[in-house]
This record gives sequence, structure tokens and C-alpha cells, in this order.
Amino acid sequence: MRRPDSAAFAQALPDPPALLSQPASLLSDEQLAALDRLIEPLAPDQLIWIGGYLAGLASAHRTGTPRLAPAHAERDEASITVVYGSQSGNSARVAADVKAHAEAKGLAVRVKSMDEYRPSDLRAEKKLLIVVSTQGEGEPPDTGKELHEFLHGRKAGKLEGLRYSVLALGDSSYEHFCKTGRDFDARLEALGGERAHPRIDCDVDYDDAAAQWIEGALAALATAPAPAPLHAPAARPVRGNVTPLHSKKNPFLATALANIGLSGHGSAKEVRHLELSVEGSALSYEPGDSVGVLPANGSDVVGDLLDALELDPAQSVDLGGESVTLGFALAHKYEITTLTRPLVEKYAALADAQALRDLLTAENSSDLWQYLRGRQLIDLVTEHPLRGIGAAQLLSLLRKLPPRLYSIASSQKANPGELHVTVAAVRYESHGRSRHGVASTFLADRIAEGDAVPIYVETNRNFKLPADPATPIIMVGPGTGVAPFRAFVQEREAIGASGRSWLFFGDRHFTTDFLYQREWQQALKDGALTRMDVAFSRDREHKFYVQHRMQAQARDLYAWLQDGAHFYVCGDAERMARDVHQALIDIVAEQGEMPVERASEYVQDLQRSRRYQRDVY
Amino acid sequence: MSAAEPPQGANSAPRGGSEAAQPRAWGDHTGETVQAPPGRSEVERVKDASDYLRGTIVQSLANPITGALADSDAQLIKFHGSYQQDDRDLRDERRRRKLEPLYSFMVRVRAPGGVVTPWQWLVLDELARTHANGSLRLTTRQSFQFHGILKPRLKETIAAVNETLLTTIAACGDVNRNVMCNPNPYQSALHGEVFDWASRISEELKPRTRAYHEIWLDDALVAGGEPDDEPLYGRTYLPRKFKIAIAVPPSNDVDVFAHDLGFIAIVDDDARLAGFTVTVGGGMGMTHSEPATYPRLGDVIGFCRPEQMLAVTQQVVAIQRDYGDRSDRKHARLKYTIDDRSVDWFSAELAARLHAPLEPPRPFRFEHNGDRYGWTEGVGGKQHLTLFIENGRVQDAPQMSLMTGLREIAKVHDGDFRLTANQNLIVANVDPDKRLAIESLLAGHRIEVDGRSAVRVNSMACVALPSCGLAMAESERYLPTLIDKLERVLDESGLRHDAITVRMTGCPNGCARPYVAEIAFVGKSLGKYNVYLGGGFAGDRLNRLYRSALSEDEILAELTPIIRRYAAERRSGERFGDFVIRAGHVSEVTSGRTFHA
Repeated sequence: MRRPDSAAFAQALPDPPALLSQPASLLSDEQLAALDRLIEPLAPDQLIWIGGYLAGLASAHRTGTPRLAPAHAERDEASITVVYGSQSGNSARVAADVKAHAEAKGLAVRVKSMDEYRPSDLRAEKKLLIVVSTQGEGEPPDTGKELHEFLHGRKAGKLEGLRYSVLALGDSSYEHFCKTGRDFDARLEALGGERAHPRIDCDVDYDDAAAQWIEGALAALATAPAPAPLHAPAARPVRGNVTPLHSKKNPFLATALANIGLSGHGSAKEVRHLELSVEGSALSYEPGDSVGVLPANGSDVVGDLLDALELDPAQSVDLGGESVTLGFALAHKYEITTLTRPLVEKYAALADAQALRDLLTAENSSDLWQYLRGRQLIDLVTEHPLRGIGAAQLLSLLRKLPPRLYSIASSQKANPGELHVTVAAVRYESHGRSRHGVASTFLADRIAEGDAVPIYVETNRNFKLPADPATPIIMVGPGTGVAPFRAFVQEREAIGASGRSWLFFGDRHFTTDFLYQREWQQALKDGALTRMDVAFSRDREHKFYVQHRMQAQARDLYAWLQDGAHFYVCGDAERMARDVHQALIDIVAEQGEMPVERASEYVQDLQRSRRYQRDVY
Repeated sequence: MSAAEPPQGANSAPRGGSEAAQPRAWGDHTGETVQAPPGRSEVERVKDASDYLRGTIVQSLANPITGALADSDAQLIKFHGSYQQDDRDLRDERRRRKLEPLYSFMVRVRAPGGVVTPWQWLVLDELARTHANGSLRLTTRQSFQFHGILKPRLKETIAAVNETLLTTIAACGDVNRNVMCNPNPYQSALHGEVFDWASRISEELKPRTRAYHEIWLDDALVAGGEPDDEPLYGRTYLPRKFKIAIAVPPSNDVDVFAHDLGFIAIVDDDARLAGFTVTVGGGMGMTHSEPATYPRLGDVIGFCRPEQMLAVTQQVVAIQRDYGDRSDRKHARLKYTIDDRSVDWFSAELAARLHAPLEPPRPFRFEHNGDRYGWTEGVGGKQHLTLFIENGRVQDAPQMSLMTGLREIAKVHDGDFRLTANQNLIVANVDPDKRLAIESLLAGHRIEVDGRSAVRVNSMACVALPSCGLAMAESERYLPTLIDKLERVLDESGLRHDAITVRMTGCPNGCARPYVAEIAFVGKSLGKYNVYLGGGFAGDRLNRLYRSALSEDEILAELTPIIRRYAAERRSGERFGDFVIRAGHVSEVTSGRTFHA
């Protein structure tokens, strides 16, 4: 059985295999087969020469020098190129699925992450599939920024003869739902490309829509002249792990070993630390990966909704052929809090509510956004009552309850059999009701020691420790953004890495919000962490954040970068990551005595060479 | 008491080593053999290496990852007037939450004789609200304490105290502590003279190191300047704390016998200060289950004239500096130095250093060690108001806005404030025409001037939990409740207006001077107290352990019949402490060495 995600992972992995615990799984079966075919007839001298040649390529890449141009002159015109822009790994996964399906159909296909794809290659493309997610305020993922900018800039030439299709991933609870995908779609068309298959915008529950798009898009592109025959990959046993992988659809039931509050007495926040047993699972992860948690809605939330709609929780409903009670379906399978535009549209039609229809008009889009932001389904139902709705009808309005991703806060090498997460319980008051985050309060309030939590692992290939354990690392992780860095520090300690490490942490108050304080103190004492700087924003009269602390240490920080340090940021995307990014540019400009534009390039180079990685949300 | 009991309540601060818990015999009655553990104690090493109390305090203050100081700096900071503490109520919870203890700092102000101006009061009051936990603590050494100051604000706090012309240096540590003296405002001329001597002693014994100014007051280091020199203390200072008090009979409010060095003012026939009867070797601290440690009352060794006072003080300190035990901090007070040798040896050594023996002691008579409350009239028409401050805690509570009320008084008052040795406060030198204004402010803030039971106004407690690292049981937070219950028994017995001194401490180290109280409760473990009875009402006799490790119910069950019997059987004017000895509840303690006998 293949491991689709690790195949995709391997496709574009820049770093040498030392990074992975199971080097064999770095290459897909297909790649291994191709490699074997290439190697078999070679003489020993030729093998040695190839070894050196590849090592050179790899090291040139690692130090940031542009790679040798691929021999694209010979590229098969019929070949399909899949370019994906991924932040959390979903697009990468879909891209891997595209490849698998294409190969199954005998189509030639290559898959590239956007940050590895040379924009100038676009002109030569004949068949292009784009899979891209949208971040926060409608921006592309970090890996896709450059390609996005290129396409929208002057350098993008005419794309005559290009046939393409776009799959957009997003979350309809955000205002700019799937904006990046729409941008690519519109721009490729504007540049002369021909849309071979309509774009599909996927919500968080993207599996079915993505599968549909893959079918359709591949069928559309396959209508071109038959592809060159391809060697069917020789059947060979899978290397490495043979246990079936857990996934969103097949989660592992992890037993909670501990559920500890981290916020001190009097904190305005409630951050919790959960330790889950993954003993007996085949879950495998590297620092930087995320865990997907399949939460359940609280019984109070389900109860309130059912009461408001006067529906009987015990009545049975059909769930993909399985009969369950309505109460169960709402608790475990459907999202019943977040309001999205599609939901309001469907509801408006059913409830025949003029006020809602007005909200949905184009000129009221900002009002709609306001409305959606502060409210939940229960508000819609109570403000615009809808009597006599049936259970099945209700379910048809709802989207599936999406899993929530949390950065894994532990290293598997340091804590084999355990997976730790750091969760900030989301609770707030709006429109007269107390609200709580579905997954965070599921974990915070309803998981006691011994309870089972359905989880799976989401690989994040864009957030990885340097391959070389001697490389210095700088980590910026305020709030729960510090979680993956706990894994980083544990991992580096476990493998005896010699590289220096520097952590910037921040939160509101030193006394109550210093997450994992005693662990950091121990790590500093043991040398597992070289240096730590903190910024507690509310302990002073003037707010003071991690970026200010970075600036206060500008000289050392720049020196670390010049020494080859990798720079990592995790946490809030909207403000923190942006401010940290700007601070980084400012520090480089000031310390490197260069104009801001050059400093920007310096930072972009860091990103391109994967020395600057972000996991922001 | 059972000597086999482990020190279960010994919940010391989480950092730093605990001192040896092995019982030992310190010297036999010949005073000749002293089995000292070899070598110097760890604190001696820290002092020696500290470069005159600098250590790495500056670096420790700058470390942003912890609210604590490095272990050695936590020792040194005491000399600067501060203790590192943590909120013990939260200690376990924070450990589970992967947070370090909630460290904070107690800052103690040095105010000789406890006299401050209204302006100083206002600054300290504001600091308490902006930098500390919102309350001011009046101490048993007539000084102020702030609690709950977080490390980043420590420097500002100490600097602000200095801006008021007060200081914190040597308020704690192995040096002479705040010099106490009777604040008696109604004999102004005599008090003025005595207070002046207290200030001069305080100044004379202040450490000379410039470290304090460098660290807290940003005084620039003078390059190539004079090296630090401590002509009296030397680079390792004293083996242990050193306490001095001056009493003015008939009040022994300062508990002069509980001090390493005591001066008892002697007035000549013209009511002028003739000099002082000198006492040495008093001290309260001991350790549960270690009979080699004990409280001791000072011995009267002679008389000195005022002009000899500084020389006597310096030489007494120098003897302790040279002979005090530096290997074991539990055996390092002057009281052990004297008991290990003898009082005669001490007198001879002092005479040799002074080149003359002291004159023979002059008689004195103490009547009490408590305060006298309410308004009194002094010389020159000035009036004085002594307020009972329960356990010295100045803070606002729903039933009484004590802190706000005193602040408002400070704004209109043009006399001074005096802290008493019993944690109370005198609004002193009030012009008669200001009295009404002050009375109206007291009433407006519901601050009672009288009406409390005699037992309550003669009670005091140390701070203990949650801030004190040494506490084994509650003290300040609990004593008022226990007094409520004792009051019921006393009221029923018709003793509401009969003063009995009651003192409570959370550990046996003796901050509230419990071993001279008529009834003392000394914390053994949470909710359990050793009960001591029979101290002298004038602070002139040690009490004796009556029962060990009693709960509240047991305390009340044990004391109720004794109190009733006292009410029924006491002789005219007989004090409770005297009665319990006569009635045979405890035997009289005649010396520190027989305290545990």
C-alpha cells in the first residue's frame, strides 16, 4: 500500500534523507523503480560519478544556489504538470492524489510545490493543474506567494496553448473564501490560458469535491493526443511502514494520558497541555507536523439547536448508508456553530426571510460579513425561526464537522508513544450568548484522562528542522505558537544535535502565561536551548511583543542568520507573523547596512532556500 | 515533646539547601566543648565570594526567564533589605502547570525607632499599591514591609524607598538590623534623646559597601576608586543576624531581652537620661525537635553612659564577629556564643576591648510589653493617638478602609507616624486643633480607636503563609479567627478587659517574639501548633511548652479550663503568665538552656 502523503512529500523534498527516520519512504515506488532502471546498466565508475553529481546538486540546493535548470527542453508535450501551494499540507496531499490518479490512467505527470516551480517554465506548459489553498485574509500560502506575484506582474507573458484547471482549497467561514484559487483561475485565463475544466472551490471538508475535480480535470486534459507509453511501475513491496495509515476518515483513537492547565491563576487565558497515547498506532511524525483532531460538538450546543428547531434528538437519520440518531449526527458529524455564506443562502431560501435575502445581496457584503462573524447557527435559527424543518433537511444545510489541526508539541523521538498538543480554549461572549471553540473546548473540557480522542497526523513539509543538526535555529513562537518549538527542542536534544537554538516567546503576563516555563528553564540549563528571549505584552505600560524583542537583539539575530541559522515563525498570521516578518526585514536592513529592498530580497532568499519557514494560522 | 518527631512541617523554600536537621548537643554545661561541624556554612562561602554583597545580583535581576534570583543572590539580597519568597498557596498548582513558583520579593524598610513623616508614609502607601500587593505590613521591628513585588519592579521599589530618605540596606541579612526603640511620644524630651541614639547606632552599623548604591541607585562605579572596606564587619559580615533595641521603662514594648544587644534607658533624678543598663545574648529563634536550639533572654551585664554607647555597641558586635559560629547557622547567634563560653567570659572580653569594665548595672522596672491605645496628651500640648493595627497589616477591607483612612490622615497630619514594636501605629504630635479632623477621618473610614477586647489588642502574629518560605502553619491569616474563639471563653469568664499577651508564629524562628508571650502558638504543621504558656507580661520571662501539635479544637479544649480557673483563682493583679506557673500548668523557665527541660 502506498503512502500518498509521504510520496508527495518525497517528490519535492529538498533536504537529504537524514531528516527522516525512514529514508526508504522518501522515494515513491515509482521513483525507486525508475532509479533502479537507470542504475542497473551502469559501470562502477559511472555510479561513482553519479553519486558525486547528485551530492553536488543537493548541496548546491541546500546552500541556496539556484539549482541547475532541469532538462525541460525534452519535456513531453503531453505531460501534465501539477503545481500546488500548500500551507498545512492539504494541497500537497491532493496533488499527490492527482499524480496517483494520473498515473493510474497512464498519464505522464510531474508534481511541484509552487516555491520550487520556476515561473518562467509556465510558458512551456501545455497542461497545468493548480491546487492551492487560501490563507487568512485571502492571501496565498507562503510557498505560493512568489508564483502568485509573478502571474500578477508584468513578467508573466502570454500563455497561449495552455490548458489548465484550478482546485481551490479554503474555509467558507472566512470572508475571502478560496480567493487565491480564484485569483489563479482568473489570471491564467486573462493571460490566454484555456480553462479545460471548471474550478472547484473546496470547503474544509474537501475530500469529495477534490476527488470530483481530479476525475474531471484529468479527463479534460487527457483528451489531448495520447500520451507516450509509460512503463507500468513494477509491483514491489512497500518499504518501511506497512501498517495502514490513519487519516481523517480513519482516525486513530488516542487515549488521553494527561490534560493539564498551563495558564497560571488569574490568567485571562486558558491554555491546556494534552498528552495523548499513540502507542500501538502507526502514526509517525516529525517536529513541525500537525495533529488533526476530530472533535464533537458539546451536548449543550446540540441540545439548544434541537430545542430551537423542535426536533427530536432520538430520531434516526441516514449518514452515508448508516443509520444514526439525529443527536449523534449533530454532535459528531456536522458543523453546527460556524455560519457560512452558503449556509445562510440555503437557510434564507427555506425560511423565506427577507432580512437574510437583503443581507446576501452584493451591496451588503460587508454587513453579511459582520453578521456571520459574531453569530452562530443558533442565532440564525432563533432570529429567523423555521418551523417544521425535517432532520434530513437540516443536515442538508450543514457542512461536515471539520477536523482541527494543532501543531504537535512533542518530538516522537523524545516521547515515543506520546503525542502532545497545546490548546488555547476559545471562549467568548457575543450577542448575549457564551460561545466556545468546538475543538478547543472539546479538548479542554470534555477529555479527561483515559478518554479517547480521534486523531490523525498531517505532515507539514513546509515546517521542518534543518537537515543538518549543526545548523543554528531561531524560533519565534508567541502564545500557543510555541508548541512546535517544544517539539523542535526536544527533537534536537534527543538526537544530540550540536546546532545552537534561540527561542523567542511572548504572551500577556510573565507570571501566568509563560507556557512551559519550567521546561524552557531546564532546557536552557541542559544546553538543549541556547538562548531564550521573552516579551510579555501586558506587563508594561507599553505593549511589547516578540518583534520588539527581536529588534532589541538585532545584532545577534543578524549574526545568527549570517551563520546560516534557519528562522521559524509559528502562531497568529494576521498580526504577529506580519510584524515579525517586517521586523526581520528591518533587522537585516539595519544590521546588514543595506537598503530595505535588498533586505527584502535577503529575506525572500531565506524563504526560497527554506531557511525561513512559517506555520501561521 | 517527642524528640523523634521528624520536621514534617519543614516546608522550606523550594530553592536553596535546607540546613542540617540532626539534633546535637552544643556544648555541655561547662561551656568548654563545642562540637562544631567542620568548615564554614554555605552562606559564609557565598558572602566571602560576593565582593561585598554584589554577587551576581545585577545579572540575576536581568534574567527574563525566571522571576527568581540565582540561589547565591537570593542569600545576598537579604543584606539589601529583601527576601525572595513565593506564593505558597499557588506552589503546587503552578508546578503542575509547568510554571515556576510565583516568586516575588519582600522589601523591608529600615526606619530606626519606627519614625516616619506623613510624606514618607504617603510614598510608601503608594508604592504598596503600585508595586506590591496593595498592603503595607508594619513589623515587629518597627519597620515597613512590602510583599509581592515582582522581580522587574524590585529595583524601582528600592530606589523609590531611598527617594524618601529611608533605606532598605541591612534591613535583613547577617548584619545589625533595624534598631528599635520605644516610640513613647509623651515623654518627648527623653524619647527624643533615646531616638537620637537609636539613629546613631543604626548609622554607625550600616554596611559601608557601595554595592547597594551601584545595584539599586545607579551610582556609577568610580574607576580605580577606593576598594570597598567594611571596617567593622569585614568581608563576611556577621555569622548571623544581629538585633539591637532600646527600652524606656516602665514599657518593655521592644522586648529588650529578646535582642542580641539591649539598652534599658536609666533616668537620673532630674528625669534626664543618665545612661543605659546593658543586656546581651537574647534571641528568639529555634528549631523544632532540636534541643540544642532555644530562645534565650539577654543577660544584664552592666551600665554604660550615653557617650559610651557606640563603643559598647561596636565591641559587642566585634566579639560576635570574631567568636560567632560560622559553621552552623542554627548556632550562630550571639546567645550561643555566650552560652558556649559564659557571660563572665563575655564581660571580660568586652572589658578588654573597651579597656575598662562596664559600670555595675542600674535597676529598672518593666510593667508590660504591650502598647497603650487611644489618645494621650504629651508635653507642649501635642496629642498622640495609638491605633491597634491587627497583626500590623494595613489594607482596606470591607468592614474598615484602614489603608485609605491612614492615607487621608497622612495628607492632613503635620506631626509624624511612629510604628510600635507590637506592629501598631501612633499618629504622633497632633496639634489639638487637628484632632477633630483626624477623628472624623477615622470614623469615616470605620477605623476603631477602642472597643476591642484586651486579648486582641495584646496579640500579634508574624506573616507566615502564603509568602514566608519558613512557615509551617498559618499565622497572620489565622490568629484573628482563633482570637474570636478565645474571646468567647474570656468574655464568659469576665476577662474581656484583662490583658493577656498572645502571640503566634508560623514556625519556631520567632519573628513575633512568641517565647516571651503569656500564651504562644508556634506552627508545627498546617493547622497544628505547639502551645507555650507562662511568659512574663513584661517580656521578662520565657514561656514553656505546654502541649505539642494541637489543632484548634484541642487548643480551645486545653485552654478553656485554664482560663476559667484563672478567672476564678487569680490573685489580685496576678497576670495570666504568672498564674499558670503558680497553678502548676507549666514550670517556670529560668534560662534559655532549660527551655526544653
